Amino acid sequence: MKLKNIEETFFKALMIASTLAIAGVLLMIIGTIVYKGLPSLTWDMVTKLPGGGFYLGKEGGVLNAIVGSIYIVAGSLVLSLFMSIPVVMYINFYLPKKSWFASVVRFSFDILFGIPSIVYGAFGFALMVYLGVRASLMGGIITIAMLITPIMMRSLDEVARLQSRDLPDALLSLGATKLEMIRVITRQIMPGLMTAVLLAVGRGIGDAATVLFTAGFTDNIPQSLNQPVATLPLAIFFQLGSPVEEVQNRAYASAVILTVIILLLSFSARFFSSRYSKSKI
Amino acid sequence: MRTANFPLEITQELLFSKALHEGVINRQTQNYSLQTDKLNVFIDNQHILKDIDLRIPEKSITCIIGPSGCGKSTLLKTFNRMHDETPEVKVTGRVVVDGLNIYDSKTNVIDTRKKMGLLAQRPCPLPMSIYDNVAFGPKIHGLRKRKSLNQMVIQYLQYVGLWEEVKGRIRTPASRLSIGQQQRLCLARGLAVEPHFILGDEATSALDPISTKKIEELFLKLKEKYTVVLVTHTLRQARRIADYVVFMYMGKVIEAGTTEQFFNHPTKQLTKEYLSGSFS
Ligand SMILES: Nc1ncnc2c1ncn2[C@@H]1O[C@H](COP(=O)(O)OP(=O)(O)O)[C@@H](O)[C@H]1O
Ligand SMILES: [Mg+2]
Repeated sequence: MKLKNIEETFFKALMIASTLAIAGVLLMIIGTIVYKGLPSLTWDMVTKLPGGGFYLGKEGGVLNAIVGSIYIVAGSLVLSLFMSIPVVMYINFYLPKKSWFASVVRFSFDILFGIPSIVYGAFGFALMVYLGVRASLMGGIITIAMLITPIMMRSLDEVARLQSRDLPDALLSLGATKLEMIRVITRQIMPGLMTAVLLAVGRGIGDAATVLFTAGFTDNIPQSLNQPVATLPLAIFFQLGSPVEEVQNRAYASAVILTVIILLLSFSARFFSSRYSKSKI
Repeated sequence: MRTANFPLEITQELLFSKALHEGVINRQTQNYSLQTDKLNVFIDNQHILKDIDLRIPEKSITCIIGPSGCGKSTLLKTFNRMHDETPEVKVTGRVVVDGLNIYDSKTNVIDTRKKMGLLAQRPCPLPMSIYDNVAFGPKIHGLRKRKSLNQMVIQYLQYVGLWEEVKGRIRTPASRLSIGQQQRLCLARGLAVEPHFILGDEATSALDPISTKKIEELFLKLKEKYTVVLVTHTLRQARRIADYVVFMYMGKVIEAGTTEQFFNHPTKQLTKEYLSGSFS
């Protein structure tokens, strides 16, 4: 009895301590970048392109990187959705429940999911060298799409697998074709799809290693898919590498911008997923 | 396995002769007729349904009863070819609907399913409004005119007695209805496809007594226009609403007949034991 109480107290303390540690780390990260970045976070930072000598402390902003990141993520999102929705629908609603092919596909998601982003970057780079394409918006979009597609597929697959057989059966028994069935199911899993999208975007927008060799970097906003494009993670990387303190501080300001974007995405993801679970009940 | 309860010699009797119930269940006509012929179902090489020869009388309620796992749902699914969706299920023999064998390679599965309205165990409204739930079937089968769709939605919601309850909110999500209302909505949705048959698989088992009563009353109304085949989980329900009863045991039809005859003068030993509640 007594031992049980000690055990109980110990594990409760452990749980509280771990929870506090996690929350503390998050607060420290946010605290550090806000403390260091906020003084440099001027309106110019988000509305201006880097002027000449920006990296030496002269004036300008990181609008090129903000817009570039949004371009890349939006493009790769579209590409990734076009790949993941059909795959997930196929393995969940076309193939039988106990399909070995579906297991193989799921297993490959898991492997792709675990591959570090620098490997995607290197692979994308090799592919571009082979095709004779230089670092560009297109290269960045394709590589980021490779990075986020497994994330998207896994979270979509999770949602699709939770679907009971009731809805497909109801639709088929009304005489719906498989395609009509898929259309309704997609509507049903829309909130889950939103969550998957936001998770994938959150990951894609913050990744530096994938775009390092494939998207290049520029002070301008690209006008076509073949032009190089700046991204926020790389903007942070380059500014942080500067010996000028003012520029280093701007790196933190850029980090604040990136974090705010990601936090906004996470909050909306949470909002959608909670709405999803409510509508399930 | 329940086999232990029954000595082997009964299996002789289990071979249900078609001639026996042909006299009772034989009001076959051109439309709305449903009959099976040497129907066998195998799942993963297990013999689940064995030589089912049935004639379902048109425009009446036939209840399929039997202990859980005896193959009632499996039989019902052969009627609208839902087994097509599970490759481990093999169906042999014939199911003749309105004079056509639905397992014939020439028969279109969608046409077959349009003829069969299915009411599942748990109501499953589509993730859309009440209106769109009812309009879904007609829409996918090609009805586009808004006016006809409106008319149809109102007509079938009225038919299932839901119109008065929901008329102010037919554009709201169907998932907000109570379970009982959802089940009636699912019935209206199925009827809007204009089937000839209504299949129900324990369609009231998830419902409260009042909703159950409403659905049962609807079945009684439906049989004037449709041929209704219900898997029932309670003998009492069969007694209340069935015109004909089919008793299944371990994948075979043991006895079939009119409700009166089945409950009052069962001919098979197994039926008597089942009715007396010695197994369920
Ligand atoms: N998809 C399936 N895979 C394997 N066995 C199944 C499947 N569906 C049904 N069965 C088996 O078929 C038999 C009949 O099941 P079912 O028709 O659901 O019975 P009932 O509806 O009378 O309770 C059971 O033994 C069940 O285990
Ligand atoms: Mg069943």
